[in-house]
Amino acid sequence: METTRLIMVAVGGQGNLLASKVLGEAALISQVPVRMSEIHGMAQRGGVVESAIVFGDATSSIISDGEADILLGFEPAETLRALNRCSKDTKVITNTATLPPFTVSIGKGVYPDVEKIKELLKNKCASLVAIDAMKLARQAGSPMSVNIVLLGALVQSKSLSFTKEDVVEAIKRRTKSAFLEMNLKAFDLGFKAAQTCNA
Amino acid sequence: MHKLLNDSPGEKIMLLGNEAIARGAIEAGVAFATTYPGTPSSEISLNLFQMSRESDLYFEYSTNEKVALEVAAAAANSGLRTFCMMKHVGLNVAADPLMTLAYVGVTGGLVILTADDPAMFSSQNEQDNRYYAKFGNLPMLEPSSVPEAKEMIKYAFELSEELNQPVLLRTTTRINHSNAFVTFGDIKSIETKGRFVREPSRYVTVPAVSRQLHAKLLEKMDKARAISETSPFNPVSGSGDFGIIANGVSFHYAQDAVKDLGMEDTTKILRLGFSNPMPEKQIKDFLMDCKKVLVIEEGEPFMEEAVKAFAQEAGIMIPVKGKSETLFSRLYEYDPAMVREKIAAYFEIDYTPKEKLSADDVPQIPMRPPNLCSGCSHRATFYEVKKAAKDMDIICPTDIGCYTLGFLPPLNTGDFVICMGSSVSSSCGFGKATDQKVVSFIGDSTFFHSGITGLVNAVFNNHNFTLVILENGITAMTGHQPHPGADMERFGLDGYGRVNIEKLVRAIGVEHVSIIKPFKVKKSIEIIKEALEYKGVSVILSQEPCALYARSMKMLKPRAFKVSDRCVDHRECINSIACPSFYLEDGKVKIDADTCVGCAVCAQICPENAITPLKK
Repeated sequence: METTRLIMVAVGGQGNLLASKVLGEAALISQVPVRMSEIHGMAQRGGVVESAIVFGDATSSIISDGEADILLGFEPAETLRALNRCSKDTKVITNTATLPPFTVSIGKGVYPDVEKIKELLKNKCASLVAIDAMKLARQAGSPMSVNIVLLGALVQSKSLSFTKEDVVEAIKRRTKSAFLEMNLKAFDLGFKAAQTCNA
Repeated sequence: MHKLLNDSPGEKIMLLGNEAIARGAIEAGVAFATTYPGTPSSEISLNLFQMSRESDLYFEYSTNEKVALEVAAAAANSGLRTFCMMKHVGLNVAADPLMTLAYVGVTGGLVILTADDPAMFSSQNEQDNRYYAKFGNLPMLEPSSVPEAKEMIKYAFELSEELNQPVLLRTTTRINHSNAFVTFGDIKSIETKGRFVREPSRYVTVPAVSRQLHAKLLEKMDKARAISETSPFNPVSGSGDFGIIANGVSFHYAQDAVKDLGMEDTTKILRLGFSNPMPEKQIKDFLMDCKKVLVIEEGEPFMEEAVKAFAQEAGIMIPVKGKSETLFSRLYEYDPAMVREKIAAYFEIDYTPKEKLSADDVPQIPMRPPNLCSGCSHRATFYEVKKAAKDMDIICPTDIGCYTLGFLPPLNTGDFVICMGSSVSSSCGFGKATDQKVVSFIGDSTFFHSGITGLVNAVFNNHNFTLVILENGITAMTGHQPHPGADMERFGLDGYGRVNIEKLVRAIGVEHVSIIKPFKVKKSIEIIKEALEYKGVSVILSQEPCALYARSMKMLKPRAFKVSDRCVDHRECINSIACPSFYLEDGKVKIDADTCVGCAVCAQICPENAITPLKK
């Protein structure tokens, strides 16, 4: 089986670890081999959280710079920061809703223009899907569902070797039943938004 | 029921490496487990702690790693299967019992897990603990993947009982914090009570006894070497006259690289999973059939030096390389592309790495360093100490925990940290060696771990400094584990004692002890000023629960604040405490109501009293 390498970058608290768990479960359901690696500990105190997910036959569980097939960014500046993980063949999916780092508030840096971020990603990589996942998450019922909205967009990109149904089943298994309806709605909104964005 | 207690052999489940290790221990019938938490090992013990509440497993968070290993040594020598786990630097703390426990050995299986952290994702150094196995004469196992980690820990207990020796299981962060599918095996039933057989000629390590024990230890290691020679954990894969010897995660990078580079017909790989003692004969045989050999291991040249020595002994003259300026580094962790590139270079295989994207036109992206949480009481304490010490020439030794982050601007309250507990003892040194005022910081869990002895030293030797003990009631950094000062009733657990830090500090003989509630800014500054003026050892207890923990336990009901129209943009709030709930909108300071917990520290320092509670 061909190997697909996915990097997810997020800000601590955006729920990317749950998103990786859902993808892992979907891989189990569809019998795709998978290995994932996360960063824990000090990195979680408001910093950047990164997961690397390797689907297919490769046996390594981390992804080298320049070798991500897909980059899923939960925050636009973090997506751009992860550009070193990409090549010209990488498909990029990003949230456009910003979470400016604290350093910006204390005058230690300027947040880049989101349109500029989109332009750079689009020009350098194979493709770009940019959606306001925060808006869609609120529409689904809670800002907390940003991660599931982005999973919807990821699945729409058809870069992974499992079906939409597998991921929906994984969401059912891996997320709290009280939030299931909201999560399924979030997933659908993300999926559809990516469709429109691609069109 | 805890998911790792499911008696469902054959079930396939996605597990974190640390969960797989905890499950392996359960399948091995572990009866007794001890630890002091530390990343990247913490989730192993967290899962065992949770499972101990619904099974016969005895689990404890010990005061530090030395204590954990000594408690474990007794349990294992009472015949119980015992598991003692810690992060790599924790083994330094436990090194004293470790070295002599190796002489004494065990009757029940004892596995000591060291979680190494190449690249220092959350550690102060990246020491290579494989040397402890060699140094102390301990058999050592190193998994290369998550599923293998579960199998290896089960085998580690068998090996320990076969040799009557503690066994070292060495992981790295990329094992602990990787996820993969794991298949559950059978759960062995637990022996919950053992019996200690008194045998002073084995257990009382006076010189006459230890002389005998050392000789026996070397015999045991000869036996271990024979087992290592035929261990299925040292497999050779592939064939050809290019040889690769690898361990841990590097093995998988090498395996993938050989495939990617199309070298499968010319290359064989020896993976060392039973890596102390090394399988000397197997390695010599492997070298014999090779034209050139590359050793791939993160960290120090542990295998490489041994392999070179074996080659010399066997009179094998082929090139053996590993660490060098052009090949592998002793720094940080490895990654698949880097290993691929080095293999291609060494074996002279055509390979063009993927072209890097140009970053010339990418604007500077503002940094996102880790930060103390919104409403963290440490931030308040640091601010107050800075204010109280405004005109003083101060040094701030600090310690290991979330509060190490106080070294960052604008708080700037961290000047020296080398290991757990060093804040207190280094304050003794700075106080005598300089005329500067020394104010140091230590968390409550770290104080119990190794701050107490430093404070006893300070009282005895009449040192001069102010120690601030940040008493938030929990081991916060590693994920809210309890410590001897924690209120265990909050966890819904009875049967625990509780050590009162104030009484302890007074009993040690500290004469100037004061308590602050750090969210009362003005009062706290006054109290701190007085403590700073005291000549001798003064201790300030800063008491406030960890905001993150309090929030998760519903002990804290967030009540957000807002910036009102009275704000004239002094920015004293943002510039002096840097709480992550602040943000700027059109040049105006705002507070994010979703993350503000309402500690009200900013409201107390705003010169215009412009920060007020948000009415809902």
